[in-house]
Amino acid sequence: MDLNLTADELAFRDELRAWLASNVPKDWDEWREKPMEESFPYLRAWQRKLQEGRWAAASWPKEYGGRSATLMQQAIFWEEMARVEAPPMANSLGLGLIGPTIIAYGTEAQKKRYIPKILSAEEIWCQGFSEPNAGSDLAGLQTEARLDGDHYLVNGQKVWTSYGWVGDWCELVVRTDATAAKHKGLTVLLVDMRSPGVEVRPLRQMTGESEFNELFFRDVRVPAENILGKVNDGWNVAVSTLMYERGSYGARLHLIFKRYITRLIELARTTQRDGRPASEDPIIRQKLAQCAAEIEIMRFNQMRAFSRITATGVPGPEGSIQKIFWSELNQRLQQIAQEILGSFGQLMAGDARAIDNGLWSYAYLRTRGNTIEAGTSEVQRNIIGHFVLGLPRSY
Amino acid sequence: MQFGLSESQEFLKDSARKFFAGECPSSEMRRLMETDTAYDAVLWSKLTEQGYTGIIFPEEYGGVGLGKVELMLLMEESGRALLPGPFFSTVVLAGSVLDSVANPVHKMQYLAPICRGSARATVAILEANANWNLRDIQMSATDGKLTGEKLFVSDASVADFLLVVARNGVFAVHSKAHGLKISPMLGMDLTRKLYAVEFHDTPAEKIASGKELTRAFDIATASLAAELVGGMQRTLDITVEYAKTRKQFGKPIGMFQAVQHQCADMYLETESSRSAVYYAGWALEENAPDAATAVSIAKMYASDVARTVGNRGIQIHGGMGFTWENDVQLYYRRAKASETAFGDATFHRERIASMVIDSAGVSAKSA
Repeated sequence: MDLNLTADELAFRDELRAWLASNVPKDWDEWREKPMEESFPYLRAWQRKLQEGRWAAASWPKEYGGRSATLMQQAIFWEEMARVEAPPMANSLGLGLIGPTIIAYGTEAQKKRYIPKILSAEEIWCQGFSEPNAGSDLAGLQTEARLDGDHYLVNGQKVWTSYGWVGDWCELVVRTDATAAKHKGLTVLLVDMRSPGVEVRPLRQMTGESEFNELFFRDVRVPAENILGKVNDGWNVAVSTLMYERGSYGARLHLIFKRYITRLIELARTTQRDGRPASEDPIIRQKLAQCAAEIEIMRFNQMRAFSRITATGVPGPEGSIQKIFWSELNQRLQQIAQEILGSFGQLMAGDARAIDNGLWSYAYLRTRGNTIEAGTSEVQRNIIGHFVLGLPRSY
Repeated sequence: MQFGLSESQEFLKDSARKFFAGECPSSEMRRLMETDTAYDAVLWSKLTEQGYTGIIFPEEYGGVGLGKVELMLLMEESGRALLPGPFFSTVVLAGSVLDSVANPVHKMQYLAPICRGSARATVAILEANANWNLRDIQMSATDGKLTGEKLFVSDASVADFLLVVARNGVFAVHSKAHGLKISPMLGMDLTRKLYAVEFHDTPAEKIASGKELTRAFDIATASLAAELVGGMQRTLDITVEYAKTRKQFGKPIGMFQAVQHQCADMYLETESSRSAVYYAGWALEENAPDAATAVSIAKMYASDVARTVGNRGIQIHGGMGFTWENDVQLYYRRAKASETAFGDATFHRERIASMVIDSAGVSAKSA
């Protein structure tokens, strides 16, 4: 056990730090609060710049434009990005989830066709997985693709699609064999979102905004060569994408949460409660300390998980622990923020008296989604129960 | 960065597990807990042969010179076996106090016998107010003599000497000293006996002037958290095994999500405590700037979740969980005793708050 960075990790960090110091945009604060529709060209440009430095997809193999970064280096990457408050990249799903899946399952022709444009943010990708009747039970999805000559004819509906509104391409999971067992009849198609018959609608969520979309497919023709992996092997391809989803997110959370708690402590020191700062209230102190401690534990868990994956080569169930841990912690954190802010906590962006321009009221609502998205807490507990503890399948 | 155990650390942990399984199985643990002292001389000599009694101490005093991460691993495994007797009191607590505050002569006199396995010891800290904040200690030595009462002193009846924390220093008191009276306190944890210790003009040798015990107590505190991790792991293992075999409504109860999800939470709580304890061990070893915070994080978290892991374990066992014969209840008792020892979760949250909130102006910039 040695928690100091190795020479390679230090070199990686220093190179990145130096690059970020001279390249990270200084005007992100002016764009941050704007709707993504407006800031998207800005985010594309930022991703292109990152890729000029070969930083957009550090985790990817060198031959595909990445740096073959180790897990620890990836963690360092996200920490450094968070440290300088770098903007997000436009094609985050393409870079984080879909690109790696294409590299793992794609044909040479597919890699050549799609990978460079993912890196350059020229083509934005979205993910067509969840359906109105297939959430936790993803394998029960019903969007069907029927072979019609050298094309598939796709019909169905997807939901909770991030970046659907700006997506050029979609990693779409469809049912190609309705007679097979539900996991065995699925196939992944790479679908041009401009194909006739594709309709994208905004999905308004409880925060009032529309981060996600609903996608409708009516007789959409997709060339048969756009299959990713093998016909009826889509479950494995999709699961591989989901693994990237759970693995890649954790690393950047620590600094995001750390920023929250640091700001909350500042607010607690300036908010009066019974004639003294809230930061001197024993109950508030207890709650803030609990949160600060759990944020550290989240980091320790993450470091241990990375070391284990590095040693064994397989991402294990650690992802499920992390998912439960951060999502529930974030909800507790936001509740404590509400307790500190009192009546002001409810004020939304646009109200002149809203604290931090409504960040906390928004976050309070938004965190309800944390225990649902990317696998509900219940599904994560099923995964731990069955795959880690060896208890019989409960469903 | 490597947050996994090294090969030699894995080896130590593995051999400790095998050692405790062989020398201190549940039957032996239960035999010892029913005795007055929970101490066994034969088991002690075996602990000594393993080098455990000198694990973190310098070789010049007969120690093995291993690090705090290694200590955490040993304590995790001893906690998993619910090792009865004065190992924690002697080695971790008295040993660390001597190692951090005693001069070389006193180390040779008191620490070396601990390493050799020829002395048992403990540290007397709490008084009537039972406050872990050392500011509240009232007892004071006058002319090399102590008078007063210490409470919740672990394993005092088998100690060859006691280290007494007083306002004006740390003092060593021989177990046969004049005016020393040791009487049992009937604690919940039967494997670690507690005593009230009275001093009446009892001769005491000054070991250190101040009360600079933070580091020694941090090592002890992290060790208790490590023991709790071992106890949680054992509770989880026993419970999962039961959930796989116990059938109701024609199915193993572990198939029901109401049961399975509790097991998942026990796993999450155990693993998260383990991460916090290993980090604390590393931070102590490296004298990291956040070592004290890391210790409090580990103790705070483990204190709370050891209780909930126990709650869940007992609940999942149903009626069986409520019986005397089920070992889960013994871990539950230890967990409660260790929860309060060296400060409960509330105590450590306030300590974290004083380090994190009251110096927030600094950390805000470095974050």
